[in-house]
Amino acid sequence: MLTHEEILSRLRERFPEAVLDVPEGMIDFTIVIAPQAWHDVALFLRDELGYDFLTNVTAVDWPDRFEVVYHLYGVQAGHPLLTIKLPVTDKENPVVPSVVDVWRSADFQEREEYDLMGIRFEDHPNLKRIMMWEGYEGHPLRKDFQNRTYSYAELEPTRKATPDW
Amino acid sequence: MSVQIPPTERLRTDTIQINMGPHHPSTHGVFRMVLTLDGETVVDLEPRFGYLHRGIEKTAEERTYVQNVPFTDRLDYICGITNNWAYALALEKLAGIEVPERAEYIRVILGELTRVMNHMLAIGFLWNDLGATTFTPVVYAFRERERILDLIEMAAGSRMMPSYIRAGGVVADLPEEFMPRLQKLVPHLKRFIDEMDTMLTKNEIFRARAVGVGVLKAKDAINAGISGPVLRASGVPYDIRKVDSYSIYDRFDFEVPVHTAGDVYARYLQRLAEARQSLRIIEQAMRDIPEGPVTSLPYKQLSRLKPPKGEAYGRIESPKGELGFYLVSDGSNKPYRFRIRSTSLLNLTLLREMCIGHKVADVVTILGSIDITLGDVDR
Amino acid sequence: MPAMNDEEIPRNILLTTVDAVYNWGRRGSTWPVMFGLACCAIEMIAAACARYDIARFGMELFRPSPRQADLLIVNGTITQKMAPQVLRIYNQMAEPKYVIAMGSCAISGGMFTSYAVLQGIDEIIPVDVYIPGCPPRPEALVYGFMKLHEKIMKQSIKTVPWFAKEPAVRPAPQPQPASE
Repeated sequence: MLTHEEILSRLRERFPEAVLDVPEGMIDFTIVIAPQAWHDVALFLRDELGYDFLTNVTAVDWPDRFEVVYHLYGVQAGHPLLTIKLPVTDKENPVVPSVVDVWRSADFQEREEYDLMGIRFEDHPNLKRIMMWEGYEGHPLRKDFQNRTYSYAELEPTRKATPDW
Repeated sequence: MSVQIPPTERLRTDTIQINMGPHHPSTHGVFRMVLTLDGETVVDLEPRFGYLHRGIEKTAEERTYVQNVPFTDRLDYICGITNNWAYALALEKLAGIEVPERAEYIRVILGELTRVMNHMLAIGFLWNDLGATTFTPVVYAFRERERILDLIEMAAGSRMMPSYIRAGGVVADLPEEFMPRLQKLVPHLKRFIDEMDTMLTKNEIFRARAVGVGVLKAKDAINAGISGPVLRASGVPYDIRKVDSYSIYDRFDFEVPVHTAGDVYARYLQRLAEARQSLRIIEQAMRDIPEGPVTSLPYKQLSRLKPPKGEAYGRIESPKGELGFYLVSDGSNKPYRFRIRSTSLLNLTLLREMCIGHKVADVVTILGSIDITLGDVDR
Repeated sequence: MPAMNDEEIPRNILLTTVDAVYNWGRRGSTWPVMFGLACCAIEMIAAACARYDIARFGMELFRPSPRQADLLIVNGTITQKMAPQVLRIYNQMAEPKYVIAMGSCAISGGMFTSYAVLQGIDEIIPVDVYIPGCPPRPEALVYGFMKLHEKIMKQSIKTVPWFAKEPAVRPAPQPQPASE
């Protein structure tokens, strides 16, 4: 079992510029990491600190940035919840390194965030839409996407003529 | 006139790509797989879902916290109670709400009943996929499900979508007929699990089709985020009820069964063993349940709940695995982000690796043993 | 030669109309397609099981292939991604065919007023019986079946649509060009 100070000190000595912030007053212990360093930090967390269970990959759309949030547990070592956040300030073209080769559980969830939020994950082996179909336009979970109902005929131009194969 | 057949050169074979689903009698809902077959052996498998994507996460941002409770019922629609519980836990963590004792005991009783029901149905549907169609194991499982649903209906008012467990406690107290009926039901369910064990476990055809099929190693399972009976049947003794000790699970004496083989047979045995442990927990909870209020947050306050700014991740051990909710609040009465950490979506991560090398019929069996519900996969 | 008594005749000879026999045969064995989208499918399976047995109506035989079925029970939410597939299954069924919209999601989209859900299956296929509920109890489904049987008994082979000269395949709705 690692304390919060231990995790922070080991992270800071390995990756001095990666740790951007440790917010105060959060219900779950959260570390904000720079997106460019995320892949190396992920390998460090899995191999050296023992966080082998990535349970949740999600993204939040704030007015000034996207935040990609990861929730980690250590199953074999018994670590409790660790939250990692990646702020992405470029809202036109959000790109984040993918961690599919570190934790396989990120596979479908990163595709879902690409589909619904529009965040691209570099080096993802199969970054296609997962919940909506391939010709669909727009990223529904973004705050500027107005949630309304569509009729069948309205979305017909986006469906392909033959079923996709 | 005889035809001279030339000496056989190597036969040129080719793989065939077939589509399985979204309408298929064996996929547990609208789930589609594109299989690449070499004869009957699976060479590649690509799962495709999204056919039940209802946009719950987006719609929930326009509804208040209490209006989102019915959405959670419809996620893993076979076990409505545990979905409500996960959401209530996350909201209680976010807003700092306490839960009275009696409500905790009621939650445990109904949650474990739901677990027993889910495991019976999972075994019934697995046998349906194996070929015992026109429903015989399913009819057995549903017969007991009806009895459990009678109890849930008595408590919550609705069979399938209870919306019973909300932040702060449960909606209403149990009626008087509940406890006597539960006391008669628990021994009956124990006998039924033993009956299923006797009838199904040593079946030769089942063993031939299930042992060694769809093997999942422990290290791969942890890396892929797999949880629940599938993880424990691969040898990892990780049960969130013991690890997190949420609610009052630290007061009950129960074991976490573990099997090491990681194949379809191990998952079947795992579910039977877990159902037995759940009945143990229900007996202890029935014995110890105190009197008292059943909610600390009556509806008038709950409907106007404005949690402070912040975020929280709350998870429970639902019958299929880890079900978690990540709620982000911006101080208003509607969630800013309503993220559902889906059990079945992550349990499907390694479907391709589990199925490669097996026959087409085994694909159906392996999918049945993972026990997914599409409402949870697609949300 | 023994003459037949007057009491024997009603017991051995049956007089009826073609319509009555035709409809009686069709309503006594309406086989549904094994088609379950979401939560209402579980209640449909519960209706097929021991407590709310629909085998007494001859309907317990769910056909996996739509070509062998008479009835499409649309149960569960129809998403925009799944709607073309529902239409394909409906088109593959042979006449006479009926459609039951079971549950709020099939009738009008239910509680999911979102970008991904089709608000009602009657936007793309014609529905005969609507069964409200979320999910409707198996008894409600059985009542819906009884209403469907009443509808079947009222049809006459002189006026049914499948003996009329009409296209059997229903095309997908296309977006209408702007009327300006």
